[in-house]
Amino acid sequence: MTSLVQSVDWLAIAPPTLTAAAALVVLVTDLFLPAARKPLLGWIATGGLALAALSLLPLLGGHRATFCLAQPSPATAPAGGHSALAAEVCSYVADPFALVIQFLVLAGALLTALLSVDAVKEHRLPAGEYWFLLLSSAAGAALLPASRDLATLVIALEVASLPAFALVGLRRGDRLSSEAALKFFLSSVVATAVTLLGVSFLYAATGSLHLSQVAHTLTALPDPRLATLAAAGVALTLVGFAFKTAAVPFHFWVPDTYVGAPLPIAAYLSVVGKAVGFSGLILVTVRGFPSYAHVWGPAMAVLAALTMTAGNVAALRQDPDRRHGAVRLLAWSSVGQAGYLLVPIAAAGYTGDPAHAIGATVAYALMYAAVNLGAFAVAALVARTRPANRIADYRGLYARHPLAALALGFFLLCLAGLPPGVIGLFAKVTVFSAAVDAGLGWLAVVMAVNVAIALYYYLQWTAVLFRGAGEGAERPTGEPVGEPAEAAAAAPLRAAVPATLTTAIALAAVLGIALSGAPQLVLRFASGALL
Amino acid sequence: MNPTALQLLLAALVVLPLLGAVGALLPAPPGLRGRGPDQAVLRHGVTVTGAVLAVAIALAAGFDHGHPGRMQATTDISWIPALGIRIHLGVDGISLPLVVLTALLAFLCALYSYFRMPTGPSPKAFVALLLLLEAGTLATFAVLDLVLFFLAFETVLIPMYFLIARWGGAQRQAAAWKFILYTVLGSVVMLLGLLLIGVKSGTFDMVALATDNGPKAQLSHTVQLVAVLAVGIGLAVKTPLWPLHSWLPDAHTAAPTVGSVLLAGVLLKMGTYGFVRIALPITPDGMHTFAPYLGAFAAVGIVYGSLACLALVRKGAKGDLKRLIAYSSVGHMGFVLLGIATMTPTGVNGALFANIAHGLITGLLFFLVGALKDRCGSTDLDRLAGRTGAALYGRAPRFGGLLAFGAVASLGIPGLAGFWGEMLAMFGAFRPAAGLSRPAFLTFMVLAGLGTLLTAAYLLLVVRRVCMGGTPAATPAGPAPDSAPVPAPAPAPAVADIAGYEYAAWTPLTVLTVLAGLWPAALLGLTDPAVQQLLGGGK
Repeated sequence: MTSLVQSVDWLAIAPPTLTAAAALVVLVTDLFLPAARKPLLGWIATGGLALAALSLLPLLGGHRATFCLAQPSPATAPAGGHSALAAEVCSYVADPFALVIQFLVLAGALLTALLSVDAVKEHRLPAGEYWFLLLSSAAGAALLPASRDLATLVIALEVASLPAFALVGLRRGDRLSSEAALKFFLSSVVATAVTLLGVSFLYAATGSLHLSQVAHTLTALPDPRLATLAAAGVALTLVGFAFKTAAVPFHFWVPDTYVGAPLPIAAYLSVVGKAVGFSGLILVTVRGFPSYAHVWGPAMAVLAALTMTAGNVAALRQDPDRRHGAVRLLAWSSVGQAGYLLVPIAAAGYTGDPAHAIGATVAYALMYAAVNLGAFAVAALVARTRPANRIADYRGLYARHPLAALALGFFLLCLAGLPPGVIGLFAKVTVFSAAVDAGLGWLAVVMAVNVAIALYYYLQWTAVLFRGAGEGAERPTGEPVGEPAEAAAAAPLRAAVPATLTTAIALAAVLGIALSGAPQLVLRFASGALL
Repeated sequence: MNPTALQLLLAALVVLPLLGAVGALLPAPPGLRGRGPDQAVLRHGVTVTGAVLAVAIALAAGFDHGHPGRMQATTDISWIPALGIRIHLGVDGISLPLVVLTALLAFLCALYSYFRMPTGPSPKAFVALLLLLEAGTLATFAVLDLVLFFLAFETVLIPMYFLIARWGGAQRQAAAWKFILYTVLGSVVMLLGLLLIGVKSGTFDMVALATDNGPKAQLSHTVQLVAVLAVGIGLAVKTPLWPLHSWLPDAHTAAPTVGSVLLAGVLLKMGTYGFVRIALPITPDGMHTFAPYLGAFAAVGIVYGSLACLALVRKGAKGDLKRLIAYSSVGHMGFVLLGIATMTPTGVNGALFANIAHGLITGLLFFLVGALKDRCGSTDLDRLAGRTGAALYGRAPRFGGLLAFGAVASLGIPGLAGFWGEMLAMFGAFRPAAGLSRPAFLTFMVLAGLGTLLTAAYLLLVVRRVCMGGTPAATPAGPAPDSAPVPAPAPAPAVADIAGYEYAAWTPLTVLTVLAGLWPAALLGLTDPAVQQLLGGGK
């Protein structure tokens, strides 16, 4: 050890660092801003996120790493220590995988911020806290895909999660909101605790926290009696990440949390929260436990099958007249989509070329992020005039907002994977292809059935959008459970759609259409060596 | 014609309707507003489909008829290198007739709707969906890449769903759901088979796969079996093959007239085309194993379809004429599948011929039945026929005559288009490809022969009940409607004879039916070299 001062590659860690710095700036600025000028905070946050996303540009093509071990750590297991250190052991790596997921997280957070500008004003949410929490969570989410040791992973996971609990419960005086936050918090904490237990088992068995060293030691444990401990550690570690992905049986919190949370936060959780979960899963499975593929491969496959089935069947059973039906449906559909995201991870356990399979998850996630955020954005638009946000409230949307209706129709068909949502179709083809390639025929068939189930509710919603406006107009009067007063009060707002909301919808739609024309933009990850 | 021009024509064939669909959603530009937005957009539909038909005819004219076995007008551009998907377009003797048929039927449908828009929401969406449907169908017949084929195959679902669900008749919601869920489930399973072929052979290119099964070696027998099973299920749902047909009668009964015409005329062909283009050449071994089963299901389908029709045509069965024609489609498509199952050039040529013939004849029949529904308000045979018969010969002689013509053509009388395909398919079953069980195929042939008899029986009964019939005692035969004031027990309401626009929409179909019946060589000369090449492993 030549120097006690570690040299840090600041450029490599810029994306999460800039986000965190912006969070602090917002927090401090909030103290000095008069109430009337609070919207400024939103723009600071949006600017910070944009800056962080831009900071990914100089990293492209490079393979930077920082926070590396300078010399063999005393904890390294004697059996496998030397060859493991031939390659550098680092805690933070800005490889293509990390950059893609960071882009996904930051772009997703940026779209969320655009949705939030209006929501914060409308619902009188505490602006300073809201923006600080959102940015902190995004910083954690951006850190996670680049971290390469178990401690950093867990810390990143918690940094991403803890602010989210507060965000979900931010609607003061709303019973639903605090209940949602509590549900989310309790189940998440349990999952994290289990993960930590698993990490401690692994540390006990392998003597290291760095994924590459853990991977290496697991291939040849110093003591065969540690095998059970190591296997248990592997299984338990996955729990926390599976929770964030909302995989079965850790999915019960999703619908209530999404409904209780402010709408932009639900969108954020459905995209960025999931990105955190599955990138963590990918890292620990493919990077950390490749030699235990026979354990987590089948487990992931079963998890994927259960998750997509549970999500889609529950979404199928949604009552269109139920309050917050739209968000509830999106919540269950996001559980179903999480199942599709898990399929290639399971496939990675079966093939000799896991990087290839992982690419399918990344490609699918990029498509899903754009499209799902777009759907939430239109839901936010409708919620302005119809706060109950039932599926039935979307009736005749085409007559009121033709472009928004067309956009939502496009997003839903992308999620369903049917043309004209071409990119959705190709993303599904990629996932199917990964499963077929790995010989997971049964999983592919389960997914095929699920695609048909999901089509039913997506298309039903799409069809509602284009129902006659006349039927839509008479609804509020003939409706026993509606709040005519609220609807009437909101009616004048109909004309003025905030520019930020329009921008968010337009961005998502343009992204979706551009990708439909040139799917190669995201699908190239499915062929490239990301990890 | 020089190759670049042909290339452009084929590309235009796919792109034009797509652009037209987008254009239909935009407000009409000044100068093209017409008498109102509705009329303008319907005219837009006629213009675009007309242009597409012109392009298709130009393509057929420029096609090198000396070498129909060769892929012509090919375009091959890389689109998604990550998945190895290329925009590979091309037509040969197998796809060219289907392309022209699609363009023709779409144009006739647009023309018909211009004068008789089905009741439902705005024509704007109707025209856009019609054009999207046309684009998807044309793309299905024009692409030579497995994944693009799947994309095109799926493109038609959403438009057809909305055409049925928004402009359809009674029970349209349920029928539309049944249609789309059935087909989607089938096509996703098909996708698995296509991916298996792609993953195992390393390419999605149909031409390369057909010639030598891709850059990697021949597909193994197991892979072929699984692939044929998966692809076959998807295509069989679409075709439809008994017992996967149950979506079809509902969809046809509920669909608006032009929806039925396109569904029967071209959408069903996508399934059989897939069998010929994918299952036969790419996975010959697997197809060989499954051919007897396919043949058996096809033969059962023929008999089942005609028995169902016989049940519907009975007095007091409350049979719907549209439903009856839908069931007859199940029977006719049975012949097509039987021809394919023989795996002989004769059988496959017959299948392709029957495909086109079915598109022309059933398209015409659905037009006629739709028009009958508009005139009489119902297609319920019992309500139409009353006690003695609907007596269309008397009340609307030209209309009745054309309906009888359609029915007779459909039963496969020699001299009309319906005859050759079914005859060749049965002929193929008489001597199936080497290695296929001859006794089994002889049985199928006998069943199919029985099916033709039953088909003749129910279609003649239809003619008997709809076209003939004594008009109520008090009224003389002839212009019956004028005597309505006479207090007859069931006064026959007025039935308008064929109108000008109906002549325009139906004459091409009638003429082509006769032409294909009298001069089958025109079509067989196109398909035969291509079929020989496909069955011969493309060598």
